[in-house]
Amino acid sequence: MTQGGSIMATEVAFTIGPVAVSWTVITTWWLIAILAVVFRLSTLHMKKYPGPWQALVEYLVTSLNGQIESVIQSKGWPYLPLIGTLFIFLVSANILAVIPGPEPPTMHVETAGALALIVFLSTHYFGIREQGLKKYLEGYLEPSPVMLPLNILSEITRTFSLMIRLTGNIMSHELVIGIVLMLAGLFVPVPIMALAILIALVQAYIFTVLATVFIGAAIGKIETG
Amino acid sequence: MGIEEISIIGAALAVSFGAIGPALGEGRAVASAMEAIARQPESAGTLARTLFVGLAMIETMAIYCLVIALLLLYANPFVS
Repeated sequence: MTQGGSIMATEVAFTIGPVAVSWTVITTWWLIAILAVVFRLSTLHMKKYPGPWQALVEYLVTSLNGQIESVIQSKGWPYLPLIGTLFIFLVSANILAVIPGPEPPTMHVETAGALALIVFLSTHYFGIREQGLKKYLEGYLEPSPVMLPLNILSEITRTFSLMIRLTGNIMSHELVIGIVLMLAGLFVPVPIMALAILIALVQAYIFTVLATVFIGAAIGKIETG
Repeated sequence: MGIEEISIIGAALAVSFGAIGPALGEGRAVASAMEAIARQPESAGTLARTLFVGLAMIETMAIYCLVIALLLLYANPFVS
């Protein structure tokens, strides 16, 4: 649950000048640091015949690539750094819900908003890089120029819904765990916390798949999802 | 009746009626997916992936209502 106060509010840890740094941001920082160190160490001494850990990481990377390729029907490697990082970060951030102590950063709307903004900007970046500026902008006039305002509106609303979907799911589940904990004591919240693992994985998967679908639509390989 | 009581009723209404539509929609989606998997078990992987994404899309509507209810309860702009 929150460190006191409302579930919607973020608690400020300290301020640097005019910028307030909340506990959510600090959690995100050490999560990023742990992930960076772990994956840097696991790629430092790569061998041709991998040990167990390297085999596991290789399996993770190739299966992520396979997922991307099955969605966008083309080479997955150019998009793997973004999509794979999103998935790994989201899984580890969402799973913090079942670890005592830290609260998942994705339960606050700022983290999810930042991630959705990254997806929004990179969609256009990949679209322009793959198709060229003119052809990409012409895609907004499909199927007829009358649809231009609706196409632009759908770009904004789908980014917004990406943000709200992630935050809403994680936050509502934290709230449910809190309410059950308040009603009944020791072992009753355990199955609900087990459900939290499932929700964490499914939401990370859905965020990633939707990001892939948006990129695939922008590079013109698939129809808009 | 003050603004607080109205907010609580509004939150309850938002969640209760906002859950009906997505529940019916998800039920139909899962039923169709089950039927399709029963017919073609070999395409279960693709179906499951598409089903998950579709369910997430539908579920967002319910989540919107939940967010509105939570806003009314915890971050109501009209309650000082």
